Amino acid sequence: MAKDGSTKLSKNLLRMKFMQRGLDADVKKQLDEEEKRIISDEHWFLDLPELKAKENYIIEERSYVPCEDLVYGRMSFKGFNPDVERLMVLMNAPKEEDEVNEEIGGINKMDTDITDEEMARRYESLVGSMRKKFAKKRDRSAIIDREEEVNSNVVDCKPKKAFLKPQD
Amino acid sequence: MDTVHARFKDKIGEVLLPGDVFTFSVQGGGDCNIKTEKIICGPGLRRNGEEVHVCKSGILRHKQANLYWIDSQQRRYIPTKGECVIGIVTAKSGDIYKVDVGGSEQASLSYLAFEGATKRNRPNVQVGDLVYGQFTIANKDMEPELVCIDSCGRANGMGVFGADGLLFKVSVGLVRRLLSPQSEIVKDLEKIFPFETVVGLNGRVWVKAKTVQQTLIVANLLETCENMTSQQRQTLFKKVAEGSF
Repeated sequence: MAKDGSTKLSKNLLRMKFMQRGLDADVKKQLDEEEKRIISDEHWFLDLPELKAKENYIIEERSYVPCEDLVYGRMSFKGFNPDVERLMVLMNAPKEEDEVNEEIGGINKMDTDITDEEMARRYESLVGSMRKKFAKKRDRSAIIDREEEVNSNVVDCKPKKAFLKPQD
Repeated sequence: MDTVHARFKDKIGEVLLPGDVFTFSVQGGGDCNIKTEKIICGPGLRRNGEEVHVCKSGILRHKQANLYWIDSQQRRYIPTKGECVIGIVTAKSGDIYKVDVGGSEQASLSYLAFEGATKRNRPNVQVGDLVYGQFTIANKDMEPELVCIDSCGRANGMGVFGADGLLFKVSVGLVRRLLSPQSEIVKDLEKIFPFETVVGLNGRVWVKAKTVQQTLIVANLLETCENMTSQQRQTLFKKVAEGSF
């Protein structure tokens, strides 16, 4: 009786979660396949030839600014507005500078500022204080001691400061 | 000679009309030759697949490094990304301002897009103010968006300006002539008297000089030199400099 009833159960019912336990492997497989078929049938796709990503050889540029090398739009003449005149120099300068740099070629603009030696000399005195800054408070006295050792080359045996118990 | 450039080079300096087409047969014999080079088509030229269509009437121009564009005369401004324009604030709504830039649609300008502006510290912008800004978004499908700062957050002359002075409109072509490096009009004009001007690529020009009379003279000169030869302009400017007007 029970067996007859199970065959008559509908597919939708068999697919429900609480029915899965009692199913045997064959029926399960069949159901899965059916489900897959339904999904693939209902899956839409565009019937188009595959789109190929072609490399673009034509680039579009919508603005006149790069075409005609247009300058900055704010202008002031004969010192009417000094701020704007400064801006004009600033905004219209970079291009010329680039050209100049290209002409010069390898010469770096940085060369004119500070040379490596100058920088080393300047930081010479700073090395110690920077180390002190990053050292812990406990290590600081040691650093100072070591520096003095290096500087004087004399080993002076100062007694380490310690708490002296008052005598009573 | 490469085929792609040869097609363009024949037409440089010639008048082209909308609908003219440049085609490049990529499947042709010199296949690898074409593929190595790129072409930049500027305003007035439009890419359509493997072809380049002309969409403005004017003269074909060329600049080194394969840049081609159509030099055309027009009065109507079409917002373009990166261009600096003069706008008029028309409305304040919440956290954006609506700005009239002369295009088909009003541009939006965020209150945070000013130098030094924060959520607490709003810039003082009133309806009717003039702003000089550049487009960050400008395409045919979306509302254009202006900002008054550059990518580093500095104003660089952008923002609200023009407490007094005079704003007028000229053609987009004249604006480009004014802004071209070593512009003759500007060189002639700056000899006359000290003044200040802001030129927006949308055809709006704002001028301010020491007196109202001088401001008007500069404005009128700028408007009239649109359709003048350089000789006519120079004689006129000389007359003005001598003070006969």
